[in-house]
Amino acid sequence: MTILLAVFLLTMLVITAVAIVRTRDLFAAVMLLGIFSLLMAANFFVLDAADVALTEAAVGAGISTVLFLGALALTAARERESGDSRWLPLVVVVIMAATVVYATFDKPALGDPNAPVHQHVAPWYLSETPRLIDIPNVVTAVLGSYRGYDTLGEVFVVFTAGIAVLFLLGSGRPGELFSRPPDELSTGGLKHHLIPRVVGKLLIPFIILFGLYVQFHGEYGPGGGFQAGAIIAAGVILYALLEGETRALAALPESALKVMVIGGALLYTLVGVVCMLMGGNFLDYSVLSTNSVAGQQLGIILIEAGVGLAVTGVLLSIFHAFAARATA
Amino acid sequence: MTLTAQLPALQVVLPMLTAPLVAFLRLPQLSWLATTVASATAFGIAVLLTQAVLGTGTLDYAMGGWPAPYGIALAIDEFGALLLLIVTGASTIALLAGKASLDQQIESARQPLFYAGWLLALAGLSGIVMTGDAFNIFVFMEISSLAAYMLVAGGPDRRALTAVFKYLIMGTVGATFYLIGIGLVYMMTGTLNLADMEARIAEVADLKPILVAAGFITIGLALKAAVFPLHAWLPNAYTFAPHAVTVFLAACSTKVSLYVLLRFDFFVFQGNLERHDVQFAGFLLPLALLAILVGSLAAVFERNLKRLLAYSSIAQIGYILLGASCVSLLGLTAGIVHMFNHALAKGALFLAVACIGVRLSRLWVDDLAGLARQMPWTLAAFVAGGLSLIGIPGTAGFISKWYLISAALEQGLTGVLTIVVIVVSSLLAVVYIWRIVEVAYFGSRDAQSPPVSEAPLSLLLPTWFIVIANVYFGLVPALPVDLASAAARSLLGHLL
Amino acid sequence: MQLLGLYNYWVFVVLLMIGFYAVIAKSNLIKKLIGLSIFQAAVFLLYISMDKVEGGTAPIIQAGVPDQIYSNPLPQVLILTAIVVGISTMALGLAIVVRIKEAYGTIEEHEAAAMDSEA
Repeated sequence: MTILLAVFLLTMLVITAVAIVRTRDLFAAVMLLGIFSLLMAANFFVLDAADVALTEAAVGAGISTVLFLGALALTAARERESGDSRWLPLVVVVIMAATVVYATFDKPALGDPNAPVHQHVAPWYLSETPRLIDIPNVVTAVLGSYRGYDTLGEVFVVFTAGIAVLFLLGSGRPGELFSRPPDELSTGGLKHHLIPRVVGKLLIPFIILFGLYVQFHGEYGPGGGFQAGAIIAAGVILYALLEGETRALAALPESALKVMVIGGALLYTLVGVVCMLMGGNFLDYSVLSTNSVAGQQLGIILIEAGVGLAVTGVLLSIFHAFAARATA
Repeated sequence: MTLTAQLPALQVVLPMLTAPLVAFLRLPQLSWLATTVASATAFGIAVLLTQAVLGTGTLDYAMGGWPAPYGIALAIDEFGALLLLIVTGASTIALLAGKASLDQQIESARQPLFYAGWLLALAGLSGIVMTGDAFNIFVFMEISSLAAYMLVAGGPDRRALTAVFKYLIMGTVGATFYLIGIGLVYMMTGTLNLADMEARIAEVADLKPILVAAGFITIGLALKAAVFPLHAWLPNAYTFAPHAVTVFLAACSTKVSLYVLLRFDFFVFQGNLERHDVQFAGFLLPLALLAILVGSLAAVFERNLKRLLAYSSIAQIGYILLGASCVSLLGLTAGIVHMFNHALAKGALFLAVACIGVRLSRLWVDDLAGLARQMPWTLAAFVAGGLSLIGIPGTAGFISKWYLISAALEQGLTGVLTIVVIVVSSLLAVVYIWRIVEVAYFGSRDAQSPPVSEAPLSLLLPTWFIVIANVYFGLVPALPVDLASAAARSLLGHLL
Repeated sequence: MQLLGLYNYWVFVVLLMIGFYAVIAKSNLIKKLIGLSIFQAAVFLLYISMDKVEGGTAPIIQAGVPDQIYSNPLPQVLILTAIVVGISTMALGLAIVVRIKEAYGTIEEHEAAAMDSEA
């Protein structure tokens, strides 16, 4: 049964991708890209990667679609017919594909428990985590602690993107992140559509609640700061789409976003610095408490909070920057 | 834990911690000051780390206290120390000198965000240099790349935007190729730690995925490093970036990618893939020679001052690769020492360009006519930087050419060809530098154009500091040469 | 399982081709970014295919089930990071496209290039 589902999902992925590239209607392409992400997320779920599936769904199908739509509103809805080059790209692509296929000969089979990936580092994570960190979700343990430095880097990638988008699209007035939409002209695109408004408003509290659950349940089940940040941001963006950015900004004002962006990035880094001050290495949470396991758990909760804050703040700032550009 | 033991972490954490604090300051002056202080402190840390590496050898640091390969380990050897000096030094000098120029080119309200981006670029580049983990390299590469896109996009001309879009596309494709490569290596070895990878590839029976991975990683990093013919993003990105950004990025960003390329290739692949040294040389040597010739020729015919220097950078990347593709002690030393010396020479040249850019809005070669009378110190610095670029004895550039030619002499017949190319391209460098000198010193200034004064002292002093460094390291090259030859030995150590 | 594994890998290759083709062949800047998205998503699939262990489940340790087989957590962590890096790049790319549209009035690469060569 699973195999049939997997084959179906993979085939749909290819069909969707072809359709995305072929259509000249950019709006359709963006919508199809959202579907592509959902299919990809489902496929990740079939492959036992629950955390990744959740992230791909929230980020790929949710946030990325909104950002693309925001950009389309500011640029163009259709692609021109001319200007594409065909033959050279085809040749390059075929050479690349042939190289990749060459690598597949004798690669380990899917699901083979004896494959090298399952031999070396991974079993250590699975067997030692209960003793060293004692949280059920090993993905969170690796993300937050063993490879916490990567995750710090990842927060700063998001932070950099936020800074860069505000630099490019911001208002250019001192102390202001993005131009505020004038109250009268607020872009409440769906204000006059009763049904989406009612349904949306009913959904938003649940989305935010689910986001918080994902944030604080990340040690036990799939979830964590990134997923939670993306989900909460998606909830607020939905609110902004239904009620207009002005009201979304009233609910979560610019100053709050700033605090979230700076606070989230700083919280993560400072947890690491505190570990150094307490005699450990950077991000060595064991020293945070007399009991090293408790210290690890405390550290992971703190940095996940930092991640959640920073991601929510940055994604919302980026959204508002695009939206404000449209009304300015 | 002593402070010294924590220095490797601080090198990255300090600029990272400063960036969010600077980003939303309301005072642009203060954000510049904080950024410059952080960058200068980072340079201080790099100096201390270099001392430590020269004293005790490679420094290891286990992030989170987890031992490699389970956690992420930093590993700083002589090669890394040299790169850290280049990165933090370039950033500090560019900030010190660039203030006046940046005030002209970036609106003051956007400056705090801009400086935050600068710090992130610095943190990203230092992070790449220090880490010993293949995936961690990817993460920090993306921090530095995103920050670099933003810095370049700050340029005043609209062509900065199209240039940066191309840069973003090619950079992301490069990073994704790299990701495919490490995915394949990980698939066959189960580890992400570079040192561990080397040990475990030796046990892999089938090497096809490793071979393909080597290809993807090399091409991905070559894209990031603007190796000919994958350099298309570089000329316009350097040309239309704010002048201070050009100083910073031209001195170090492509070199950091080359550093990763060399480390990956020599540490992970050379010892394990049969005849890889021959394939490596056979693949890169022609590209290096072409890069040198095409880059220099393009510079000769280019009329835009900054793009001319950018094409010359493509040729210089060729020199670095040329040294590396000799796969010998002298060759690698030459390539690595040239990373340092080219950063000095190009740094001086782009700083002089920044000086001119403060006074002139158009920077075509013709616009410089007669400028030497009005900006004598700036043009003199330009000439000195040019001499170092050409490789005149007594300048830093000479040291690298000397080592390159010595390395080529070991190579027999191909060596002769290599030397011919080096000589031809040095002559081409004379031509394109001379064109500028001729116009600036012997041209006459348009009567209608308003008079220009010498560049402000805040810019001239750092410029001349680098000019003097060019001469100093031309006469006393011990530090870079020692670091480079130790780096070359450790790279080759994996072959013996 | 063997066949599914191969199919998985083939789909990775095909998506890689489709995405990369769009990046280098398309002149429309938004379409290039869409292609980049697909190209990166293909790489995610490569990694996630590695984590699967036959008979395994998501790596969330269940107390009292000692013999449970779990999938490999490491590729999942890497791809979580890569997804976030991907959306960051995308956001920045889109911001640049918006500015290009404002400066040039077009988001077709060849049209913008033509405008610059005239100037």
